[in-house]
Amino acid sequence: MISEKKYTAVDDLGFYGEFGGAFVPELLRDNLEELSLNYNLLKEDEAFQNEFVSLLKHYVGRPSPLYLSQKLTNEYQCPIFLKREDLNHTGSHKINNAIGQILLAKKMGKTEIIAETGAGQHGVATATVCALMDMKCIVFMGEKDIERQAPNVQRMKYLGAEVVPATSGSKTLKDATNEAIRYWINHTNAYYLIGSVVGPHPYPAMVALFQSVISKEIKTQLKEQTGSENPTKIVACVGGGSNAAGAFFEYYDNEEVELIAVEAGGMGVDSGHTAATSAVGNPGVLHGSLTLLMQDEYGQVIEPYSISAGLDYPGIGPLHAHTIQVGRTKSISVTDDEALKAAKKLAVYEGIIPALESAHAIAALDKIDFSSNDVVVINLSGRGDKDMETYLNFE
Amino acid sequence: MNRFIKDKKQLSIFITAGFPTLDSTAAQILELQSKGIDFIEVGIPFSDPMADGVVIQESSSIALANGMNMDVLFDQLDSIKNQVQIPLVLMGYLNPVLQYGLEKFLKRCKDLKIASVILPDMSIEIYERFYKELFEKYEVSMTFLITPTTSNERIQKVVNASSKSFIYLVSQTSITGKKQALDSSLFERYSEIKQLCKGVPVMLGFGISTKEDVENAHLSCDGAIIGSAYIRSLMEKKDLIAELV
Repeated sequence: MISEKKYTAVDDLGFYGEFGGAFVPELLRDNLEELSLNYNLLKEDEAFQNEFVSLLKHYVGRPSPLYLSQKLTNEYQCPIFLKREDLNHTGSHKINNAIGQILLAKKMGKTEIIAETGAGQHGVATATVCALMDMKCIVFMGEKDIERQAPNVQRMKYLGAEVVPATSGSKTLKDATNEAIRYWINHTNAYYLIGSVVGPHPYPAMVALFQSVISKEIKTQLKEQTGSENPTKIVACVGGGSNAAGAFFEYYDNEEVELIAVEAGGMGVDSGHTAATSAVGNPGVLHGSLTLLMQDEYGQVIEPYSISAGLDYPGIGPLHAHTIQVGRTKSISVTDDEALKAAKKLAVYEGIIPALESAHAIAALDKIDFSSNDVVVINLSGRGDKDMETYLNFE
Repeated sequence: MNRFIKDKKQLSIFITAGFPTLDSTAAQILELQSKGIDFIEVGIPFSDPMADGVVIQESSSIALANGMNMDVLFDQLDSIKNQVQIPLVLMGYLNPVLQYGLEKFLKRCKDLKIASVILPDMSIEIYERFYKELFEKYEVSMTFLITPTTSNERIQKVVNASSKSFIYLVSQTSITGKKQALDSSLFERYSEIKQLCKGVPVMLGFGISTKEDVENAHLSCDGAIIGSAYIRSLMEKKDLIAELV
């Protein structure tokens, strides 16, 4: 069934086209084999699927609404829908994947969960599902991110998680991921719950599959509201790219639907202070996969910059690297200032305060040419409670 | 010919190229050679060394800040190529090698008679599918890591690909630089692995820091590799080699 998918299928070594694979030291090989084996068994297992769907409905509150923003529709002269992942339990799409993986970890008999987090949304989601399933939880988070996303740090700790600061390198998501991998090598019984469509195979494929519930719902909801399950354009922000993978997943093979990935331009793509990986990166290996990577001429990873902790990552998921390279996904970038203005606009227009990450997707509307025939879905991946201090400072 | 086969137990040292200073690498190699070290792993520093503990992380970031890169390293090795008799191994993460250009990298390795290359984040499967052909074209051998939990079947596969290099046996599943003594419950497994390697030398590395560790490694393996402990001794200005040799 999966082999029929043109874009989302991986080969026997976990590659999407030339990107992906599993580039890990031998020390992690047993772990990845155990994970692949269990994941392949369970993804086809009806009882597992039922449990996943049931938790998404009764615990997370899915389906999340698909909301037609009348004011954005008026401004851009075509229907603009917001997929309200911000209304999920814990406040973002991250919980979808966390639920899927915690069920997998439980079936594998794991009792200790580790995770990396940037903005803290994945950390909160992981701390939440660990509380739910009585698992020990350790979240690695860059020291810089701990400062700029304090509310989420408090939430993780209140939920019972240990938050370990990553103090190396840029002290952001990249470094938190390094620390999580090192801990995993030293504690091979721990389950590493990766939060995005990054890392060694099978993580990118697994996270994309757990997030694909977003596009499945968009299909049903759009059909109800417009008569067609297909929009003309889907817009989502991309750091590693899990919310975009989820929002695009069911539409990859329908080439009439344009897929637009919005990267964090930071202070501008050419400023040297950016996280727009597909604009300034080239193929390279980081955190277990071959993907597009921000790096210097000698292959040292360049420390990215974005005001948004969730997009401040020097790589991009290999599925996105592949689909951008072959022209299926279009990538654009949005600066810090443009995202901040878009957040304010959505707050004033609709009474919805988006996460800084999701505000990048809203800001992208000003960079896309629309016709009156367009039907647009923006994935509003998270809510902005965690970003209030940044928003207030900008005013 | 396999340059790692000797009729004595071996000791190898891992150094970080460009640490403690940019120009220290060539002198360190010659000094270690003069002190009787059997072969040297020259570490190519990387910004994100995910299998390394704090000591090699720190030496790597200092080396990069000092200005070490692949061109500088090859030029430094070139300057001493007539003085080096012991095997030199280049060890590093895959990305700097790919970005430098694998073919250009292998060509320089061949010119400098580099005895083997270790890229811990490249599995034998990925090597065989994508890179083996180029390694063979330039007659550069790869050394692969195995662990005590690697299956016998997989060890066989690695051994078959290692006739001109050695087997890098990771002492236990942990990042580099762990300070505890070797876990004696694993010694029997090391001996089993040595048997399975059928003449391809087995060198034990990761977490080897004392003379006792080296002696224990020599009970079952052909050699011991010291990395973090040596680099720590440079940081603390101690003479570890004098204690070991």
